[in-house]
Amino acid sequence: MRHLMSPLDLSVEELYDLLALANDMEHNPGKYAHACEGKKLATCFYEPSTRTRLSFESAMLNLGGSILGFASADSSSAAKGESVSDTIRVISCYADICAIRHPKEGAALVASSKSSIPVINAGDGGHQHPTQTLTDLLTIYSLKGKLDHLTIGLCGDLKFGRTVHSLIHALIRYPGVRFVLISPEELRIPGYIREDVLKKNAVPYEELERLEDALPALDILYMTRVQKERFFNEEDYVRMKDFYILTRDRLTLAKKDMLILHPLPRVNEISVEVDDDPRAVYFKQAQYGVYVRMALILTLLKWR
Amino acid sequence: MLNISGICEGFVLDHIRAGMSMSIYNDLKLDRLDCQVAIIKNARSNKMGKKDMIKVECPVDMLDLDILGFIDHNITVNVIKDNRIVEKKKLHLPKQVVNVIQCKNPRCITSIEQELDQIFILTDEEKEVYRCKYCEERQKNKRRILR
Repeated sequence: MRHLMSPLDLSVEELYDLLALANDMEHNPGKYAHACEGKKLATCFYEPSTRTRLSFESAMLNLGGSILGFASADSSSAAKGESVSDTIRVISCYADICAIRHPKEGAALVASSKSSIPVINAGDGGHQHPTQTLTDLLTIYSLKGKLDHLTIGLCGDLKFGRTVHSLIHALIRYPGVRFVLISPEELRIPGYIREDVLKKNAVPYEELERLEDALPALDILYMTRVQKERFFNEEDYVRMKDFYILTRDRLTLAKKDMLILHPLPRVNEISVEVDDDPRAVYFKQAQYGVYVRMALILTLLKWR
Repeated sequence: MLNISGICEGFVLDHIRAGMSMSIYNDLKLDRLDCQVAIIKNARSNKMGKKDMIKVECPVDMLDLDILGFIDHNITVNVIKDNRIVEKKKLHLPKQVVNVIQCKNPRCITSIEQELDQIFILTDEEKEVYRCKYCEERQKNKRRILR
């Protein structure tokens, strides 16, 4: 039995197989409409999430399976003080696979160590969010046809943005990948990612403050939201939240085939006028999130 | 010259950095052993200038070598039998330590579920980096050993 805690739990080959399966699911949905018939997915969400929970549920329903679960800690036994370990032992009796989101880092790993069903980490605080990374990879793979030899701009909150950290970890495994890290001084990438991941693996990167300086060279622009919930201090959040706003004017500097990704929800870092630009693929990205979760659920159930 | 009598059976921790012997005494919980313990501070050393030493008269298997390796793997452990050094144990950085140090990350699951073991994994041997198994936060202060 396998779990998914981090995108790096999958080897490069396994990841290609998963992306290929997701791709096939996109083009031949009928072939998979009953693939999980009789199986149940438990979505255990200890903190609010619209997109991730619904995309997991949509994925399981597309595969002909059923869903059960809870959408906040208040509506679970956690409110009575039950531990994650005890909850997952019980959930293991009710479902065949589980997706768990928890505000505390490492909660999914605790669950996986006590579970008798595959556990998918659907986000553990600021730590990992592997299915978002798989979504990002599928979006790039499907629309660019490759994951190698790309210049990828990561813009916004690079300090607290777990999606950015996970994406860097996942993409350094491909040759010819180059990063442009665009952020204000206070929200720069953490030192351990710069030293232990980028420098250690000799991955070319540059750090810039101005989005305009980075745009012309990029194949992918990955925008992120400055997340209020990651700040302890309201003042710092207010100061940082409007640092980068992508507008139609700024986009004139970008390549014609550059892709704009965003893990969503967007606040105001991408102007709504950009939504109609063919390079804006962040809503398509949400659709890819369903395909990749379908592929993941089916794969983990097969590996069980 | 200060003379400390030899020990018949036990171990001598040598090459302890000067000034560290009392905290190692505490970290190894030697105060809980009912045996003779001698702590020598600021002994002259050709190699280190000055050093601390601890002599303990009890079987060496009472000693947690993992904790000692975690604290300082440059310490020498001399095993004594019949008043002679019969073995010099080399210490290594342990691959993981369990319930030795505590994760200080307030966002870590261990901060709210206290029954979980505190597990730290060696992720970079060269830089001696340990990270929490759950949240992967780097341990910043090796001296805070759990008692």
